[in-house]
Amino acid sequence: MFFSSPFKLKSKGIMGMNQRNSGYIGRYNPRKLYPLVDNKLKTKIIARDANVTTPALLGVISMQAEVEGVEAYIKDTPGFVIKPAKGSGGKGILVITKVENGRYYKPNGSEESLAEIKRHATDILAGLFSLGGSADVAVIEGLIQFDSAFDGFSFEGVPDVRVIVFKGFPVMAMMRLSTAASDGKANLHQGAVGVGIDITTGAAINAVQFDKPVKFHPDTNKELALLQVPKWERLIYLASSCYEMSGMGYLGTDMVLDRDLGPMLLELNARPGLAIQIANGQGILPRLKLIESLGDDHGMSVEERIEYCKKHFSQ
Amino acid sequence: MNARTFFFVLVAGLLSLGIFQTVQRHVAFDIPWMPGETRTIWNIDAKINFDANDGAVLASLTTPERQAGYTKISQNASSPGYGLSFLDDGETQKAEWTIREASGKQTLYYNIQVLEDAKSLDQQILEMPALFDREYSAAGFAAGTSIINDAMKTSADAFSFTREVLKQLNADNPNQNVSLILTGKATKTEILIALLNEAKIPTKKIGALVLEDGRRRQHLTPLVEVFQEKDGLIVSRLFDATSLKAVNRDNLLLWDQSGKALLELTGGSDSKVSFAMIQQEQPALSALLQKSENEHLFNFSIHSLPVEDQSLFKGILMIPLGVLIVVMMRVLVGLKTSGTFMPVLIAMAFIQTSLVTGLVGFVLLVAIGLFIRSYLSHLNLLLVSRISTVIIMVILLIAMFGVLSYKLGLTEGLKITFFPMIILSWTIERMSVLWEEEGAKEVMIQGGGSLLVAVLAYFVMSNEVTRHLMFNFIGLQFVVMAFVLLLGSYTGYRLLELRRFKPLADKE
Repeated sequence: MFFSSPFKLKSKGIMGMNQRNSGYIGRYNPRKLYPLVDNKLKTKIIARDANVTTPALLGVISMQAEVEGVEAYIKDTPGFVIKPAKGSGGKGILVITKVENGRYYKPNGSEESLAEIKRHATDILAGLFSLGGSADVAVIEGLIQFDSAFDGFSFEGVPDVRVIVFKGFPVMAMMRLSTAASDGKANLHQGAVGVGIDITTGAAINAVQFDKPVKFHPDTNKELALLQVPKWERLIYLASSCYEMSGMGYLGTDMVLDRDLGPMLLELNARPGLAIQIANGQGILPRLKLIESLGDDHGMSVEERIEYCKKHFSQ
Repeated sequence: MNARTFFFVLVAGLLSLGIFQTVQRHVAFDIPWMPGETRTIWNIDAKINFDANDGAVLASLTTPERQAGYTKISQNASSPGYGLSFLDDGETQKAEWTIREASGKQTLYYNIQVLEDAKSLDQQILEMPALFDREYSAAGFAAGTSIINDAMKTSADAFSFTREVLKQLNADNPNQNVSLILTGKATKTEILIALLNEAKIPTKKIGALVLEDGRRRQHLTPLVEVFQEKDGLIVSRLFDATSLKAVNRDNLLLWDQSGKALLELTGGSDSKVSFAMIQQEQPALSALLQKSENEHLFNFSIHSLPVEDQSLFKGILMIPLGVLIVVMMRVLVGLKTSGTFMPVLIAMAFIQTSLVTGLVGFVLLVAIGLFIRSYLSHLNLLLVSRISTVIIMVILLIAMFGVLSYKLGLTEGLKITFFPMIILSWTIERMSVLWEEEGAKEVMIQGGGSLLVAVLAYFVMSNEVTRHLMFNFIGLQFVVMAFVLLLGSYTGYRLLELRRFKPLADKE
């Protein structure tokens, strides 16, 4: 059969796009808080106030005239990322992993000229990558030196950990590993590998690419079952505290692990995708329903919430 | 009342409002459900011949009034040299011809178009026609009194009395009294009227025209309308003096209800009125619109707008259906489209260009546009000017296609100008960025999705039946709105998700 039965999906607790939109995003994410999440610059500011670590901010380009001066921000760095503050779906993120004598190289080794970088910044300012095409600012961040625990698990890109935080409870997590197909980006629909991560231990459960199960990384052939996220306790604590910070009830937190600085928040997502269910091999609905059944007056602290999730959602 | 209940009450309210308005329009104004339904219109000519007496002539012809089964749509008359006016004194309607000087044979024509209309009703009778005085011969009077007395005994009211009289008049072996009366010059109709009058029953002579397609030189059939008061209301019934059968009003147009004469002529002699008629089938809607009394009923509808604006609305009122298709495709199927409502705009362009021309033109334009755009992306331009360049480029391409196809003799190609150019340019820009970022596959998925939805929307929006329904029944807009609202609260799986999550569902 080409299609599976909707009743079977329902019995597995798999959440569909319509239910996510109206039942969770629409209900738990207040519209007025969206700018905090959709604008990466604003996210950085509230994260700093909440003592949540984020990648270093090298500079912000907010006017076309400043585009010419972009070199000043980037020429002495080991690598950097230019992204639109209001970008969505990983659009418009330019990653430069090597800077040598004024020449810039992308993760796949191809050179990006300064003119091309400027054009990219111009496109960002004009709103080409932002939601609704509104004018935007370009944010330049320091490149994350990713943790050696991920050697071989990622191809030309920073692997990140997506944790779905529902009303402050970390309900489901996955790791997103970039591949050659995804051009160093960590978006599953672009071909990154998604690895389901156990909330309790930070160890791999299951892995998929293009929504199909995989056992080995397609580019490095490393066995994905061996993946274990280091500093998991800190990471899940940071992710969970994003609830208080942003006020969003149904939140996707994208965390990265820096070699020296440990887990840090890369960005927040008010409309986290559904692929995390495929990566975990489970539907997310039973977990969401369990948290919903607790009501609003449980009075749990961040640590207690994490303990609760570890107890109920361990594999 | 919580939000959920309120929502469903709102949807149910919209739905019932829409359906009620739609059904009401159908029932009250007779607007057909299907396009192409026809209604019968009778086109009747009355021809008046007479000899003028070398002087002023005044001819006045009684014309049909409002009555059950038929509605007058239009009337006109022609006769060279005559002054013409249509008179309505509140009781009878007349066409009146006048001329100062006429001689010899004269022919006047009167034409009327009546619509077969089950909704039309007889006029209410406000007062009884007056009884009249009449002198009789002694013998006739005695016979008449005897007939009246016989009928009176065996009847209960005016109608049954009339029937009893008719039985005697039309008996196979008429009795002595009846035979005596029938020997006179008077027709049975005149006798019936005289007898009823004598019995103090008000009557009126009616001239009826039997409608039959293609008939010529027809004359009015005389009928007798008998009145009686019942429960404070005046009711009447038609009788045919020569038959006992009830008068069948199908195909019967009551032409002359004046109770006087069909034609009043002064200044002429030897007058004769004859009728010719043809039956025509007209689209129901245009027939309804011609119905003059419907004017105010259509006042609050789009039909009251000038025709040019009406045709504009014909397009606009279809958009909700296109939007409904988009919502269904996105919410129920989960198709990706580039730009939420772009498919509707493309579908509207398809309606102008016809489907195949539109599809070919669209794909060609976008493909060539993408090709040129890929060069532009090297130029490091600002977004606004880049899109502006694409717009100009699209216009040039359209102009080029137009000229090229004209030179090649393909006039179809000229229709490509109907495409909304700004939309095309944005499509090209988005597709181009999509191509750079996510590759050709995603472009095909989104472009294909958009085109698929556009084609579906095209079929729904260009369908004759849906066009007819959406244009004539504004209430359907509410129905569409209710469906869109309902779809907005659908939280089930999308069709494509059933495929996407299949590996997950099949696990274990």
